[in-house]
Amino acid sequence: MSAEQSPKIVIVDESPVRAAILEEGLREAGFTEVVHIREMQSLLARIYAVDPDIILIDLENPSRDVLEQMFQVSRAVRRPIAMFVDQSDSASIQASVEAGVSAYIVDGLKKERIKPILDLCVSRFNAFAKLQEELERTRSQLEDRKIIERAKGILMKVKGLTEDEAYVLLRSTAMREKKKIGEIAQSIITASEMLK
Amino acid sequence: MTGPLRIGFIPLVDAAALIVAVDKGFAAAEGLEIELVREVSWSNVRDKLNIGLFDAAHLLAPVAIASSLGLGHVKVPIAAPFNLGINGNAITVSPALYAALMEEIDGDRFDPLVTAKALARVVAKRRQAGAEPLTFGMTFPFSTHNYQLRFWMAAAGVDPDEDVRLVVLPPPYMVDSLANGHVDAFCVGAPWNSVAVDLGIGHILHFVSDILLRAAEKVLAVRQAWADKNCETVAALVRAAVKGAAFIEHPENRAEAARILARPERIGVNATVIQRSLDGRLKISPDGTLRESNRYLLVGREGAGRPDPAQAAWLYAQMVRWGQTALSPDALVTAMDVFRADLYDAAVGRSGLATDEASVAFGAFAGPAFDPRDVAGYLASFDVARRAR
Repeated sequence: MSAEQSPKIVIVDESPVRAAILEEGLREAGFTEVVHIREMQSLLARIYAVDPDIILIDLENPSRDVLEQMFQVSRAVRRPIAMFVDQSDSASIQASVEAGVSAYIVDGLKKERIKPILDLCVSRFNAFAKLQEELERTRSQLEDRKIIERAKGILMKVKGLTEDEAYVLLRSTAMREKKKIGEIAQSIITASEMLK
Repeated sequence: MTGPLRIGFIPLVDAAALIVAVDKGFAAAEGLEIELVREVSWSNVRDKLNIGLFDAAHLLAPVAIASSLGLGHVKVPIAAPFNLGINGNAITVSPALYAALMEEIDGDRFDPLVTAKALARVVAKRRQAGAEPLTFGMTFPFSTHNYQLRFWMAAAGVDPDEDVRLVVLPPPYMVDSLANGHVDAFCVGAPWNSVAVDLGIGHILHFVSDILLRAAEKVLAVRQAWADKNCETVAALVRAAVKGAAFIEHPENRAEAARILARPERIGVNATVIQRSLDGRLKISPDGTLRESNRYLLVGREGAGRPDPAQAAWLYAQMVRWGQTALSPDALVTAMDVFRADLYDAAVGRSGLATDEASVAFGAFAGPAFDPRDVAGYLASFDVARRAR
């Protein structure tokens, strides 16, 4: 591999979205040779078919142990690979484990070349985790809104309130009880189902 | 200590003493608050223990040694104050390989030397016929499974690196891989052998106790630096694990222990399958043939919980035999020092036995008796071996 050439990178990740986010980041940074492997069957054979310089794998993937085999000399292993471990930089190991990604490199690849790739991985993995968190929050907000709508409906019917009055009642009760409005709404729904 | 201890584990029956110690309240009774974290790979367990995301872990005994020696990964000295299991693995083969082996068998089918010789003949015939080499699944390069498979087949002259393929597979994938022909056999811990037999896609050829009567399997591992700073916590952890193990070994508690372990956030496998592993009463063939052994898995009985440095030496010798590292007297000492019988003794208030006294009877079916004081001599007696790069 000449110095100018972009190293060949394999991403092993069962999440297509996260892999896409990472791949995009790598391409933007000028790493053009990126292959995503989603299928874990015969993982080693698939990796050898690509013959990469760097392998990136997410830590939720049980197949990480399969990659550890590539350090060994055996018939099943064609080219020894090492885990990217910078003994002098424990912060970067910590950051990558916490972000949930691990990197394996072909023996001989220079540390300076892998470091920016790993940093990019860490930031993209963290961005993906944040995205998931936001999605989760939005989902629960949507869920809350639906519950509040139903509770308002119940209050309007049972107490003969207008929509605005029903909402004010929910909100003031929540404030008085020091609870979330969604929780109060949920207890109204539960109570009305019990009283049916 | 601030906050609960975080302890990583892999969903396997030999995490039993740890899981029961927490879920039955033995740990709480020792004043410990523990959060058990289920992990998906040994690499993750190792890395999270190494960098301090875990305070302790259910760990493959050879990984604890490899970490302390800096083999395959960063060097982080590990201490193992408790042995979570002796034995517990089995070798399961596909129905096709089973039939081929039984055709070649000449003697007692449960004698590992007899089956290894049958394997040698199957391997030779396949080579003559130009067939692909047989593939054996195991769980990790630094694993008892790897060494047990190698020890077994090499006894009949089968070279595990030349004559067959050994591939790493995560335990939960073993069964699928056997079913779809990706591997012809595997060596793994409970409950996966039983799962394969129940599905009708595998025969248990050997309990590893056929190969070695006594083999250290998993340890409770902590960073040595952490152990030095948290003596009281380590002692409490050992006592909780000792109680967990004792609870499990009581036959009338087995059903309850199996139910605790079966929960989805623990092992997540049917309780009856787990109990069969704890009882050492396993269905070994899809036709329902049962085999019982009091050596299948030792959780606490026969002093199984006390780490035995001689066992660490044996595992280190396997690393040397198969070329994972070169023999060095210093490394041997480091390896033996990982198994901290002294910490165990201190925790349970037992006056220390001399380590030599504990180092009896590996009961290997082949090779000379193992003596930690002469690893070179021991290794010289084996024909099939690899030299470290």
